Amino acid sequence: MACPSGDKVGEGFFPYLTASAAALLLLLVAGILLIVFRGAWPALHTFGLAFLFETVWNPVADVYGAAPAILGTIITSLLALALAGPLGVGTAIFLSELAPLWLRKPASFVVELLAAVPSIVYGLWGLFVLAPIMRTVVGAWLEKNLGFLPMFQGPSIGVGVLTASVVLTIVILPTITAISREVMRAVPSELREGMYALGATRWEVISRVVLPNSRTGILGALLLALGRAIGEAMAVTMVIGNANAIPTSFLAPAQTAASQIVNEFPEAFDLHLSSLFLLGLVLLVITLVINASAVWLVYRTNQNAGGALIRHER
Amino acid sequence: MAESVTVENLSFWFGKQQVLKDISLSAQAREVTALIGPSGCGKTTLLRCINRLYRLYSGASITGKITVGTENVLDPRIDQVELRRRVGMIFQKPNPFPHLSIFENVAAGIRLHGLAQGREVAERVESCLKKVALWEEVKDRLDRPGTMLSIGQQQRLCFARTLAVEPRVFLMDEPCASLDPVSTMRIEELIRELHKEYTVIIVTHNMQQAARISQQTAFVLNGEVVEVGRTAEMFVRTRDERTEAYLTGKMG
Repeated sequence: MACPSGDKVGEGFFPYLTASAAALLLLLVAGILLIVFRGAWPALHTFGLAFLFETVWNPVADVYGAAPAILGTIITSLLALALAGPLGVGTAIFLSELAPLWLRKPASFVVELLAAVPSIVYGLWGLFVLAPIMRTVVGAWLEKNLGFLPMFQGPSIGVGVLTASVVLTIVILPTITAISREVMRAVPSELREGMYALGATRWEVISRVVLPNSRTGILGALLLALGRAIGEAMAVTMVIGNANAIPTSFLAPAQTAASQIVNEFPEAFDLHLSSLFLLGLVLLVITLVINASAVWLVYRTNQNAGGALIRHER
Repeated sequence: MAESVTVENLSFWFGKQQVLKDISLSAQAREVTALIGPSGCGKTTLLRCINRLYRLYSGASITGKITVGTENVLDPRIDQVELRRRVGMIFQKPNPFPHLSIFENVAAGIRLHGLAQGREVAERVESCLKKVALWEEVKDRLDRPGTMLSIGQQQRLCFARTLAVEPRVFLMDEPCASLDPVSTMRIEELIRELHKEYTVIIVTHNMQQAARISQQTAFVLNGEVVEVGRTAEMFVRTRDERTEAYLTGKMG
């Protein structure tokens, strides 16, 4: 193909421009890792691996153990995943297989829109709308009827593990729904028709063809959502109650790794600051591993789903 | 076992576009009826009316009557699940289920309808694979995915899968379109076997194929049946000049 001579300059220059943009991104990631690791080094040197298991986090005595924050992170994220998983996959099944055609596009659009709401907005909603409801209705009911179990012990104060998990559920719901829907749409219609032609009902086609063939993609979506829940900072900080203790009840205030960093970073120095960096490093490693496995899983399902992934990953 | 299929005054619209115009056609039991005609003339749609697969997509409307055996299948009260079990379908592109093994692909319909339990399932799978002459080729790797077979073997696997639910009628939508000549030959042999027990309606682009395997041929053009006749006669002496033009390669 003939190019006008003016374009030839761009032809030669453009690859370098894009290559340097890509290189800059890699440098940035490497730089972040380096800075976090350098900041975390004094704490890592002082506490070693015991940092992960020690339960006391006391800036006054300069002793830092991350067990409460890590445990809080794991509990809230898994609970959110347990709530959002069935809800999101169910919604995806509806949008991909059952909804009338005219509804599919607009409803899917609304779901994707939910993914674009800044998490601080969900945090505000959680604090001013959800927390009072949790305190007076849900939490109070749990305390009254199931309070004899340690995990539902009161007092129900509105903020705490359960409230944070519900907010996280809403934060990760669009990710699960949108990616699951996309991987289900990627199941070839010939396979659906093949099952229908054998005399299957709609539900049998979903359970015997659509779900088995999108299993890995859905698992990837769940992992990706888990990674997002683990890393979520602002929305959680606003509703978790921020208490440095191992959470024993769903109604009790707690702390996550992200919320601890948000809360203490502005006033920390020396070993305290370094311990927060170390907490950040732990968080980084966990989310990196989870995200990498999610990307791998969704990629394995197919290329289209990989496209969906890129749009929803943050 | 085989049941005849009679189409009377069938018209079909997709949205505002009329795809089939007042079609009448009768396919005898234990015969192969070939539907030939240029692309987009409505052959596939006609096939999908018979097992009501068109219902998967909205925007379709239909008038007329299709009788399979003694039942009008367009009657809204008819059980679609039961109908599709009686009227099996083979698709243009072989579509074995990629998440299932060779064995489970054939067993899929058996399990779906609970037609057999325990060891009986294995017996049925074996007999269906033997009928499509695939057993010797796959008996040592029944647990491997159905999609690892060659494309021709995949199509025979789909035949076995359909046989397993004991249909009365076989609808075939260009079953050899994506196959090489040798695989095509084997499928044609299979069809010649099948028509002894089943009613076969096959859509094909290949006129030689229609001549080789069918007893009756219908020429479809722009949603209308231009001519129906015994295959042996039709290929020798056509009644309609449009059929003549298509068969001699002046159109299509």
